Amino acid sequence: MPVLEKEGAQVWRRRTTGEGMVRWFGWLIGVAVFVVCWQQISAATTWFFVWDAPRIANDIWTRATPPKWEYITQLGRPIWDTLNIATLGTLIALCLAVPVAFLAARNTTPSALFVRPIALLIIVSTRSINSLIWALLLIAIIGPGVFAGVVAIAIRSIGFCAKLLYEAIEEIDTTQVEAITATGASRWQVMAYGIVPQILPAFAGIAVFRWDINIRESTVLGLVGAGGIGLQLSSSLNVLAWPQVSLILVVILFAVVISEWVSAKVRGAII
Amino acid sequence: MSTVRLEDKLGQGWKKPPFVKRAGLRWALIIGFVAYLIAAVLTIEVDWGRVYVGLDRGWQFILSFTRPDFVSRWSDIWEGLLESIMMTVAASVVGIAISIPIGLGAARNIAPLPVYVVCRGIVAISRALQEIIVAILLVAIFGFGPLAGFLTLSFATIGFLSKLLAEDIEAMDRVQAEAIKASGARWMQWINYGVQPQVMPRLVGLSMYRIDINFRESAILGLVGAGGIGATLNTAFDRYEYDTAAAILILIIGIVMGLEYLSGVIRAKVQ
Amino acid sequence: MLSLQKLTKTYKTGDQALKGIDLEVPKGQVLALIGPSGAGKSTMIRCINRLVEPTEGAVLLDGTDLTSLGSGALRRARREMGMIFQEYALVERLTVMENVLSGRLGYVGFWRSFLRRYPQSDVDEAFRLLDRVGLLHMADKRADELSGGQRQRVGICRALIQNPKLLLVDEPTASLDPKTSRQIMRLITELCQERGLAAIINIHDVALAQMFVPRVVGLRFGEIVFDGEPTGLTPDKLTEIYGEEDWEATIETVEGEDETTEAAE
Repeated sequence: MPVLEKEGAQVWRRRTTGEGMVRWFGWLIGVAVFVVCWQQISAATTWFFVWDAPRIANDIWTRATPPKWEYITQLGRPIWDTLNIATLGTLIALCLAVPVAFLAARNTTPSALFVRPIALLIIVSTRSINSLIWALLLIAIIGPGVFAGVVAIAIRSIGFCAKLLYEAIEEIDTTQVEAITATGASRWQVMAYGIVPQILPAFAGIAVFRWDINIRESTVLGLVGAGGIGLQLSSSLNVLAWPQVSLILVVILFAVVISEWVSAKVRGAII
Repeated sequence: MSTVRLEDKLGQGWKKPPFVKRAGLRWALIIGFVAYLIAAVLTIEVDWGRVYVGLDRGWQFILSFTRPDFVSRWSDIWEGLLESIMMTVAASVVGIAISIPIGLGAARNIAPLPVYVVCRGIVAISRALQEIIVAILLVAIFGFGPLAGFLTLSFATIGFLSKLLAEDIEAMDRVQAEAIKASGARWMQWINYGVQPQVMPRLVGLSMYRIDINFRESAILGLVGAGGIGATLNTAFDRYEYDTAAAILILIIGIVMGLEYLSGVIRAKVQ
Repeated sequence: MLSLQKLTKTYKTGDQALKGIDLEVPKGQVLALIGPSGAGKSTMIRCINRLVEPTEGAVLLDGTDLTSLGSGALRRARREMGMIFQEYALVERLTVMENVLSGRLGYVGFWRSFLRRYPQSDVDEAFRLLDRVGLLHMADKRADELSGGQRQRVGICRALIQNPKLLLVDEPTASLDPKTSRQIMRLITELCQERGLAAIINIHDVALAQMFVPRVVGLRFGEIVFDGEPTGLTPDKLTEIYGEEDWEATIETVEGEDETTEAAE
């Protein structure tokens, strides 16, 4: 605790002068970095459009309202597809995430030296890349459509689910596992009786949580051609049919709210 | 309590009591889920011929990870990456700065009701709208370029961070905050001494996490013209230049891993 | 029946938890293992069924050396040794019945255990054991709904349904109140008598050990420093095991307490 002598009186300071300097210098660098970033962004912006923005926003708003309610009849199938992309994608991801998680958790991995890094690599690489990029890639490989969307969502979710799950596995109570081992149970029985019951609530929570996120993500996958309601959004945007766009946005908002409600309910019931 | 007699139990089979107690409900849930799955799978149209053809291309893509091409489009990649990073930095700084007051306002235990309602409203809107959809609208309003991406990410950061910050404040220890209030502190002093120390570690952790997310999101904003590496990536896929795409993906994964490592270090230091 | 020969355990950190333990446990004998924290009591028990791998020495159970067994044979050997834990170590999210039946895991195949299709004889035995410890009406409750004493009874059932020759009991009463502790100790010793089981009970509470057990082994720094009847535990001996302390009071109150409880019952 730095206490300075100043004009005969002792003055308490929170930090020493050196510490204070370092802190100020840190802040200075931070601010400088921010200013540079902002200047670059600003240089890449056509400011004329920005000053014009309120007028354009107003223009879009008048064109977009009221939403074209009749259009909803054509949205039934895309909504169904969107739901399927999210649900099937989540299910496939969970099936694949479980083994990956067991291979990645320190206490269940068969080999910490060889298998674990591979599992972690799968987790990191699938998690770092957004589902839209996966969709782009899959469309290039297997063609546009709902199937590409399902696979994209599945791949993106593997890493997410596996990460949360393996953290749950690493936090289990080891004495319960020990007790099951002591009965002479085999490796798989220890898994089924000692580990699985402990991580089941976490697993259910993760599944519902990810499903909720996937509903949101699958609404926009259509923008790159991977099926679902995003396809309609994209084609409406292309022809500047703003009343249709606004209706689709309302539908998406509605879907998001419902999925959040469902996931909250299910999580409440499980835990 | 009804007494259970051993003689009644002996020779009787034993079954695990089902998770859902009411048999009718249980079967309805099972049958409903299976029916949904069948319907969902049947309505997905998969062009297996196309998939079969695509497998070869998929293999080519995986192979291209062994020989990523950083060189031939390096200037595009570098420009896009730099723009992504700048958007991330600027949007994170602005987003975090704005989300702190909104987070304070959205915490029921320190904000008056009208403020609470307004702030919660902002949070709800920001969370319900997908980044990509916000980006589309902002691109339409502000024109192409990183400004739209920057605004999108700032907006998304506000929703994410304010909500978690508000929840954290609501869960804090009341006694500590009351003790500061009892000393006659003003509102700002009270926040500074009573609330801030309690939520600061988590705020830092969440901010780091959000920077990580912002970078990942900035990689896709380019798909809709909001600047960043996404545009370069999209072009690479369109031209079937898998080696370049692989190079970009490796860079993204690398940066995300770096950020995760950094946030781990910082979080460990703060807590 | 059980014999430990020069059993040694050195942890990776270099700590020697056990230094050449030699111990014979005849059939049907209940034995208490006392000693200060860190004396190696838990390690010793866990070395016997190899939850902890011993570094050197042999563990002979009916003449077979457990330390040299492969994983299959080790599992068969573990069926012969029931284990009871300090914090009960029940699988909390499973029902009482599943917890008891999990003691049969060494005997049934994976799919049978996974589908909970245990042989009727196992199910009957589980009901009998639960009735014996007075928890039959709790059979379908989840383990985390039970109180500490009830959980420990379920733990005892799980160990006994293995049909073991030997019980390894690790601090059975450490998380229980004094009354429940006595009930649990009484239950364990009674059940051992009924079934002719040998048991090694690792216990903190010297008084409890003296009350229920015919033979006491004292461990200090991984070495046996006392082996004999509970009456031989003089203050000098306790000092040797635990270190300097006024032991007269402990022993006296123990005897006094014992009388009052016996009288109360």
